[in-house]
Amino acid sequence: MVVLVSMTPEFLLADEGKRLYPEDFNAYLVIGENGRVTVFSGKIEMGQGALTSQAQMVAEELGVQLASIDMVLGDTDRCPWDMGTFGSLTTRMFGPALRAASAQARLVLMTLAGERLGVPLERLVVRDGLVSVAGEPNRSVSYAELSRGARITRVVDRKAVLRAAADFNVMGTSPQRLDALEKVTGTARYAADIRLPGMLYARVLRPPMHGAARLTLDTSAAEGLAGVTVVARDDLVAVLHADPESAAKALELVRATWRQSAATPDPDTIFDHLIAKAAGFTEVAASGDTVVAQASAVQSFETTFQKGYVAHAALETHAALADFRDGRMTVWASTQTPFPARAGIATALGLSEANVRVITPLLGGGFGGKSAFGQAVEAARLAQIVRVPVQVAWTRAEEFFNDTFDPAAIVKITSGVDRAGKVLAWDYRVYAAGSRGTTLSYAIPNIRIRSAGKNSDAPGATTTDLHPFAVGPWRGPGANMNVFAAESQIDIMAAALKVDPLEFRIRNLTDARMIRVLKAAARVFGWPTVAKGGGRGYGLACCIDAGTYVATMAEVKVDAATGRIAVVRIVCAQDMGIVVNPEGARMQIEGGLMMGLGYALSEELQFRGGEILDRNFDSYELPRFSAAPRIEAMLVPNNELAPQGGGEPAIITTGAVLANAVFDAAGVRLLRLPMLPDRVLKAIAAKGSAPTGAHSADPTHQVRADASRAARIPSA
Amino acid sequence: MKASIKFQLNGKPAALDTEDDRMLLWVLRTDLGLTGTKYGCGEGICGACTVTVGGKAVRSCRTPIRNVAGKEVVTIEGLARGDTLHPLQQAFAEHGAFQCGFCTSGMLMSASAFLRESPRPSREAVVSHMDHNLCRCGAHQRIVDAIESVAIQHGTSP
Repeated sequence: MVVLVSMTPEFLLADEGKRLYPEDFNAYLVIGENGRVTVFSGKIEMGQGALTSQAQMVAEELGVQLASIDMVLGDTDRCPWDMGTFGSLTTRMFGPALRAASAQARLVLMTLAGERLGVPLERLVVRDGLVSVAGEPNRSVSYAELSRGARITRVVDRKAVLRAAADFNVMGTSPQRLDALEKVTGTARYAADIRLPGMLYARVLRPPMHGAARLTLDTSAAEGLAGVTVVARDDLVAVLHADPESAAKALELVRATWRQSAATPDPDTIFDHLIAKAAGFTEVAASGDTVVAQASAVQSFETTFQKGYVAHAALETHAALADFRDGRMTVWASTQTPFPARAGIATALGLSEANVRVITPLLGGGFGGKSAFGQAVEAARLAQIVRVPVQVAWTRAEEFFNDTFDPAAIVKITSGVDRAGKVLAWDYRVYAAGSRGTTLSYAIPNIRIRSAGKNSDAPGATTTDLHPFAVGPWRGPGANMNVFAAESQIDIMAAALKVDPLEFRIRNLTDARMIRVLKAAARVFGWPTVAKGGGRGYGLACCIDAGTYVATMAEVKVDAATGRIAVVRIVCAQDMGIVVNPEGARMQIEGGLMMGLGYALSEELQFRGGEILDRNFDSYELPRFSAAPRIEAMLVPNNELAPQGGGEPAIITTGAVLANAVFDAAGVRLLRLPMLPDRVLKAIAAKGSAPTGAHSADPTHQVRADASRAARIPSA
Repeated sequence: MKASIKFQLNGKPAALDTEDDRMLLWVLRTDLGLTGTKYGCGEGICGACTVTVGGKAVRSCRTPIRNVAGKEVVTIEGLARGDTLHPLQQAFAEHGAFQCGFCTSGMLMSASAFLRESPRPSREAVVSHMDHNLCRCGAHQRIVDAIESVAIQHGTSP
C-alpha cells in the first residue's frame, strides 16, 4: 500500500476558519442538576494555563462561579472539534467561540427564567448561576433547576452580546490556577500515569540514525525472558512486559543490523546544505523596488544570520496508553493535537475515526513538540496487535531521537538607509525557518521578503529531503529566527549610524501601538541607560506576533575571558488586547523569556547526518535557575481590542534582545545562535584583530558606505 | 536478586518482594501506584523524580530499591499533612510556581529537604541548591520566590 497522504483533510487545513466551531452552545457546556458546569474544549492544558483561562471566560459570560466549573479538555468523544493547541490561538481564535456560546447559554437560560418567573428578561439579574428578579432576590430560579443536567433545546432568535471589559468580574482577574492543587500534591495525571488492569509497558526498537534501514532482526533472546511479548510488524518492533524495567532489559537483548543512511551534514555544514537544497523562493511580501532603492541608499548593510536545530525537551516525554476493546480504540495521549491524532491513529489502524477516541490528560509541556503524536500511533498499533492495554512512554533518548526539531535556518538581509536615517530598502531571504515573523513592524517603503525550504514535516515523517531528520513547530516557529535576524539588522544599522537603537526604531515606525509598547518598556527598564562598563550592555527588540505587540529590553554581562553571557535583567512589555488572566499572561511572558535563553545562549542539537548525538540533559543544556535573570513582565492595557495571543510573543524577541545587548556590552555582533561562549570569544578575538574595529563576526557581515554621504547623517 | 524489602513510605509501612536492583522510581510508579514522582531523564540529571530518603533528597531513578530498606521514604504524595498542605505546596500554588507541573513534584521534594537542613537560606543559596532541578516552562523566578517566601516565614516564626 502506498500512503501518499497519511494526514486527514482536517490536518491539511492551514486555515482554522475553514472548519468552524459549533454554533450550538450545548457543544461547549452542560449544567448539571447539582449546579456544576462541565465545559468541553478541544484545547489542551500543557502548562500555558488554558484550563483556567477558558474556565474564566465561561464563568464570566455565563454568570457562574469559577469554582463551579469542571473542564473537559481534548477528549475527542466529548469536545467540539479543534485543530490543535498551538500558535497562541486558544484565547484569540477559540476564545471568541467559547465566550459566544457561554453568553448565548446565559441568554437562553435567562429567557427560560423570565418565563418561569413571569417577568420580562430586562428585569432579571444573574449571579453565581442564580437568576433573580432585580430588587426581589426571593423570586429566583437557578441554572440547575432550568437545565436539569439536560441539553438545552430552547432557541432564541437573537445573538447574545459579549460582556464589556468594564463589566468583567472573572475575566481580567488572576485567580489561583485551577490545576494548582493537583499539581502541588502530585495527584495531577499525565498520560504515563494512567493505569489499566493487565496493561503492558512497551519499548520500541529505534534505528541508530534517521534514514537507516533495518537489514536483520533477531528477537530470540528477548523472547526467552519470562513475561515478554515481542511484536515485529513491518517497521514496528517492540517488546512488552508488565513492568517497564523488564521491557527495557528485553529491548537490550533485541539484535538488529542496519544499513546506514547517507546523510552527512553536521551542525557546521548544515547551513550550506540547506541553502543548496532548499527549493525556490516563495515571495512573502513585496512593495516598491528594493533594487532601485538600494542604489540610492547612503549606506547598505548585508548580513547573514544562522541558527542551529533546537529540541523541544519538554520534561514529560511523549507517552500514550492505548486500550482496544469491542472494535474501538481509546488512547490517552500527551498530545497537543487530539483530533489530528485521532485521524492519524484511525488511518494507521484501518479504523474509522468514529471508532477511535483520544483523551488528553494534562501535558508536561508541549512547545509544539507534541503536535506530533507518533507515540499514540505506536501504542494504538501495539494494543490492536496484542489485545491488552499498552503504554508507550518514550525514554529521554527516544525523545531526543524522535523529536520534530526546530529547524536550523539561515536569513540573509540586505538593507539600506537614506540620509535621514530612515530604512529605505529591505531585501530579506529566509531558508528553512518559514515566513512567520518576517512581517515588518517598520514603515519601510521598498521591501522584498522571500522564503525557501520547509520548516515542518507531516506528522510521522522521520526524514525529509531537506533536513537530516524531522523538523516541526517549536514555540514561535520560524519567528524566533526571523525576529533574531531582523531585529539584529535594525540594530546593526542603528549602530553604524551612531543612533540610539530605541530612537532609531521609533524613527522608522509609524505604528502608534508599537511605539507605545516600546516606550512602556523603556520607562520601566530605564532606557537609555547610563551605567556602562564592566562588560555590561543593554539591548532591545520588538515584534508583532499572534496579534500581540511586544517590546523586550535586556541587560547582560559578557565575560571577555570566558565568553560567557550572563543575563542580569529583562523587561518585557506586551500589548495583547483584553487580558483574560493577567498573572497567567505574565507567566507566559516569563516562561517564554526563560525558554528563549536556551535557543539564544546554550541549546544547539549535536548530530552527525541522521545520527542524533544528544541523548540527555548532560550534553543538551537547558536554561537553569542560575541562568535566570530578574524578569519584569508588564501588560500594556488595551481593553479596546479583543484578546490576542500570549504564548509566544515574548520568546520570539529573546534571541534578538540578547544579541543586541551582547553587542552593546562587548562590541561584537553574534550572527549565529546560540551564542555559545566559544563563539563569543572568537568574535571578540576577531574584533581585536580587525583593522577598523568593524563589528564584523562570523559568518558574514558587510557594511558598505560612502563615507562622505554617511557623515551627513544626523545622529540622535 | 529477589529480596523482601521493608521501608516506611509516607509514614506507613511498605513491604515488597522484588528484584532488589530495581529503581525506586519504577517501584513507586508501577508496584505502588504512586505516579506523582516523575520520569524525566532516567539518569539523575533533571530532578523530576526527586523523593526524600531519611530526609535527604535523592533521585529515585538512580536509587536501587535495596538502598531504601529500613528507611523513611517520602514522595510528593506524603508531603502534605492530611489535608493541610506543606508550606512549600501552599507557596507554589500561591506564587504560580509551576506551569505544566511535571517538574513540580521534584522541585517540592528537593526544596523541602533543603529547607529542613537550611531553614533560612539566602536567595543565592536557593538558586544554587535548585540548579540541578530542570524546568522547561520557565517558572524559575516564581519557584525561587515561593521557596524564599517559606524560608522567610521560617525565619520570622518564633
